[in-house]
Amino acid sequence: MKYAYYPGCALETTAKEYDHSTRLVARHLGVELWEIPDWNCCGASAAHRVDHLLALALPARVLALAEEQGLDIVVPCAACYNRMKAVEKAVRESEEMRKTIEEIIERSYKGSVSARSVLDVLINQVGLESIKAQVKRPLAGLKLAAYYGCLWVRPPCITAFDDPEDPMTMDRLVEALGGEAVPWPYKTECCGASLPTARTDVGLGMVYQILRRAQEAGAVAIVTACPICHLNLDMRQKQVEAAFQEEFNLPIFYFTELMAVAFGYSPKEAGLTTHFVNPLPLLESSLERRETA
Amino acid sequence: MERLSLSQALSSGQAFKERIEAASGVTLSRCYQCGKCTAGCPASSGMDYGPRGIIRLLQLGLYEKAMRSNTPWICAGCQTCYVRCPRDIDMPKLMEAVRQEACRRGIVGDKKTEVFDRAFLRSIERFGRPHEASIMGEYNLLTGQPFKDIMSGPAMLARGKLALLPSRIKNISEIKKIFARVRAKGGEAR
Repeated sequence: MKYAYYPGCALETTAKEYDHSTRLVARHLGVELWEIPDWNCCGASAAHRVDHLLALALPARVLALAEEQGLDIVVPCAACYNRMKAVEKAVRESEEMRKTIEEIIERSYKGSVSARSVLDVLINQVGLESIKAQVKRPLAGLKLAAYYGCLWVRPPCITAFDDPEDPMTMDRLVEALGGEAVPWPYKTECCGASLPTARTDVGLGMVYQILRRAQEAGAVAIVTACPICHLNLDMRQKQVEAAFQEEFNLPIFYFTELMAVAFGYSPKEAGLTTHFVNPLPLLESSLERRETA
Repeated sequence: MERLSLSQALSSGQAFKERIEAASGVTLSRCYQCGKCTAGCPASSGMDYGPRGIIRLLQLGLYEKAMRSNTPWICAGCQTCYVRCPRDIDMPKLMEAVRQEACRRGIVGDKKTEVFDRAFLRSIERFGRPHEASIMGEYNLLTGQPFKDIMSGPAMLARGKLALLPSRIKNISEIKKIFARVRAKGGEAR
């Protein structure tokens, strides 16, 4: 199983543990990831706010590079994924637009390859049964809130992946890893994307609501599948706690990190040492409980 | 209370309406103002009109008001309204069309988000990838908040999550050409 891999900008810096754990579990499960050479930023979340053509051209260059190899692209970031899906739809609907894009990027682009999320490929291509077979250290006793955010599942006319209001893919993964996925109402609520940075007054409240609902549902941590969601929930958590005078101390995991831990890798090997809300005490207590049980 | 001549606004704005409808694929008259969009909007607390209000302004021909509203800039594009709309209106696309139309006229509905987006795009044009440190520096300076998020810097550096130097792609001329060609086609890639 071989795919083109588009890490996207966040995975070089703020989400490097997501990049690390994605490559680790992909390798573990026999999925070959070929990193697209000299990839550029897809322009999310700024380009489409300013110009339609620019917003299509930037991700189209990346799609064209994967198309040269005839490989579908695996994408870890929901925003990148959504922009690529928008390009796929635009060229499917208009031959004229496809030609315009080719002209702007000066590359051949037929629209023949497809962007897929890491989550989709691991769960639907590799399969939950194969994943379950690799679990050496089940996440026993961990109540987790699976948080999807917006752009993996919306709008369904371009993403065509799971339910837009109540997706279950990651919940099923949590259960396969031996954890407990709590039902909660904010699993697809928006984290604000760049708003917690650009308009802190508006954005922090959005992050607060998500943390609050996860805690109310009894979750001891949140599982994410997007570097922007993670940044907002993890790095900004202290700021949210200060602004709303409430303590959460909720570790925020990437689903790939939890897979790595369940597969038997140490938390360090899984990349769990660079979070802002330290997840190690929670993991250690869960592992101890399992061993004494 | 402000008086507005709606029939005049409608007739003078015909061309604008056609452009907005073509760019967004939305037929404005389809909306029956149920308000489900604003009710479910997670960012509505920061908006002046909210999504339902914006489409109402457009229906009434009050385009200038819609472009000067902060709503299209606060919209995070999360697609909740679109998924829930009983009339299947692509509201995020409509917000995009209004914002892009405003950009073309030099109208800025919300300075902070506008400065952030521009800084982000300038960084991509220069390096092929965004460089967070310089984007935040530019954003802080241009929005008059020199110390914003300054405390995150050392914590991010300690975790290896902040690059002091930008990550440049090799074929940067290709990216610069993409921006140039979009501009040549009348795009707003400033």
